[in-house]
Amino acid sequence: MTTTDTVSHVPVQPRDKTMGMPRHHMLIFACLFVFMLVAPFLLYPIFLMKVMCFALFAAAFNLLLGFGGLLSFGHAAYFGSASYISAHAAKVWGLTPELAILCGTGTALVLGIVIGSLAIRRQGIYFAMVTLAFAQMVYFFSLQAEFTGGEDGIQAVPRGELFGLLNIQPDRVLYYFVLAITFGGVLAIYRIIHSPFGQVLKAIRENEPRSISLGYHVNRYKLAVFVISATFAGLAGATKALVFQLASLTDVYWTMSGEVVLMTLLGGMGTVFGPLLGAGIIVAMQNYFASFGAWVTVMQGVIFVLGVLLFREGIVGVIAQRIKKPL
Amino acid sequence: MTDAAILSASGLTKEFKGFVAVNKVDLAVERGTIHALIGPNGAGKTTCFNLLTKFLQPTAGKITYKGQDITGLTPADIARQGLVRSFQISAVFPNLTVLENVRIALQRRRGDSYDFWRSESVLHEYDDEARAHIQDVGLTEFSNERAAELSYGRKRALEIATTLALNPEMLLLDEPMAGMAQEDVERISALIKRISQNRTILMVEHNLSVVADLSDRITVLARGEVLAEGDYATVSKDPKVIEAYIGAGHA
Ligand SMILES: Nc1ncnc2c1ncn2[C@@H]1O[C@H](COP(=O)(O)OP(=O)(O)OP(=O)(O)O)[C@@H](O)[C@H]1O
Ligand SMILES: [Mg+2]
Repeated sequence: MTTTDTVSHVPVQPRDKTMGMPRHHMLIFACLFVFMLVAPFLLYPIFLMKVMCFALFAAAFNLLLGFGGLLSFGHAAYFGSASYISAHAAKVWGLTPELAILCGTGTALVLGIVIGSLAIRRQGIYFAMVTLAFAQMVYFFSLQAEFTGGEDGIQAVPRGELFGLLNIQPDRVLYYFVLAITFGGVLAIYRIIHSPFGQVLKAIRENEPRSISLGYHVNRYKLAVFVISATFAGLAGATKALVFQLASLTDVYWTMSGEVVLMTLLGGMGTVFGPLLGAGIIVAMQNYFASFGAWVTVMQGVIFVLGVLLFREGIVGVIAQRIKKPL
Repeated sequence: MTDAAILSASGLTKEFKGFVAVNKVDLAVERGTIHALIGPNGAGKTTCFNLLTKFLQPTAGKITYKGQDITGLTPADIARQGLVRSFQISAVFPNLTVLENVRIALQRRRGDSYDFWRSESVLHEYDDEARAHIQDVGLTEFSNERAAELSYGRKRALEIATTLALNPEMLLLDEPMAGMAQEDVERISALIKRISQNRTILMVEHNLSVVADLSDRITVLARGEVLAEGDYATVSKDPKVIEAYIGAGHA
């Protein structure tokens, strides 16, 4: 599948970089960070934490779609399974939150290896179908398995004490832990995109046969980026379980896979900041329009269609082209 | 098949659902020569390239490169042995800059670089070398432009620069000059001649004056079969060759 048409691209000028990051990226990250530091005093911490978890989820997904050129339609599997395992680890095994998150993330990593190594043998739409099929299997497993609590999910998950020392039960305290995870995750993804490995990924996305003819074992790269993406999706899901103190079927359902596609495309796939913005917009809509019930889904659909029609490259993608700088 | 052959194929055959695109082709490319593969449209030249580099799995036949049977290798591994192909349709990385395009080839030296934790600024160590290759094909002033913005002829030139950056022992060029302006044809012609000093080149080309000028040996393919082989003077006088070209609507 050629995803390149809709990937937003503005060449990076080699000039004005500090620590391998263009200055305007650094500036945006710094502004975001400062804003997020004070945000819980202005907005609901739970809402903000939800935005952050989904921002990380979308960034992870975008790594695969926007930079690996691979459209997975089953990313809920990693998000959701990590959410279940992290909830289970915190509640039943009584692990500290950082270890619970680690367990959840590790589960997503293993799942990513298993599903990824089978999916990357297929191209384009078949790839998407294989990922969807496996995600549905994870869903049915979650529905049937004992420990997931079926329709109820795993409720009242204790947030516990960070490293057994710091009580993160209060929202405002947990908030900064989630902020650290999100920023760490997003910056790690940023580095991966802008690494020698990321450069090869872009080449494969742009022209796979050519990359092969230059001697690259493209399937190994695809698997690597698949597993990394699944892992960060897992990190987001595992963290989310502690934020809401809940892991449920919604997290592994196919609509969750769809939502992350939506966030990424709306914000701008193949951009650094697009998925973050996309996640912010969608989560904000879900929150503020919650009273409209099922209509939220319809409105999401309308926004998505409008977004795709108006900005084919996503909001951030269009802005990047206007200002002629990669974002 | 001579001992001097760096690349040889015997009985190479490819069937597509009953249609035989390449039929029992025997080919031997001598080390250090420029060997041209010509023939009318649809003769099976590109398919041959796909078979020789294993982008397609042959239905039958054997491929030997530097005395080693490579019939079972993957295309990436064949490239790593120093047998590198180009494509008939221009194959650049459109959204990377010209410099980055060439660097992708140079970067292969890092092995399979899975170092995703490192900054891409480590790649600057290849910049000078990449620029030298870019200069060779006359694209210096476009170094920081996206490959997508280049004209067709310049894309082809970039492709050649990228291929050469791998410093391959043998190149398979599929119509390297198609779509180029005359002055570019001359430049690339000269470049191919120069790089052939210590390399072997197998080339598909429709521009017969280029073929006449560059190649030491020519194999003519028609309907998937080898029709004639020899130097330009011999081949161009062969009645079968003339007929095949006229029959296919070429003069
Ligand atoms: N993947 C495929 N499936 C079916 N038929 C194919 C396939 N690839 C090539 N062919 C057929 O095989 C024949 C040879 O094609 P090929 O591309 O090798 O010709 P060519 O000599 O390179 O021609 P040209 O000069 O036009 O590039 C053609 O009839 C083509 O239609
Ligand atoms: Mg051809």
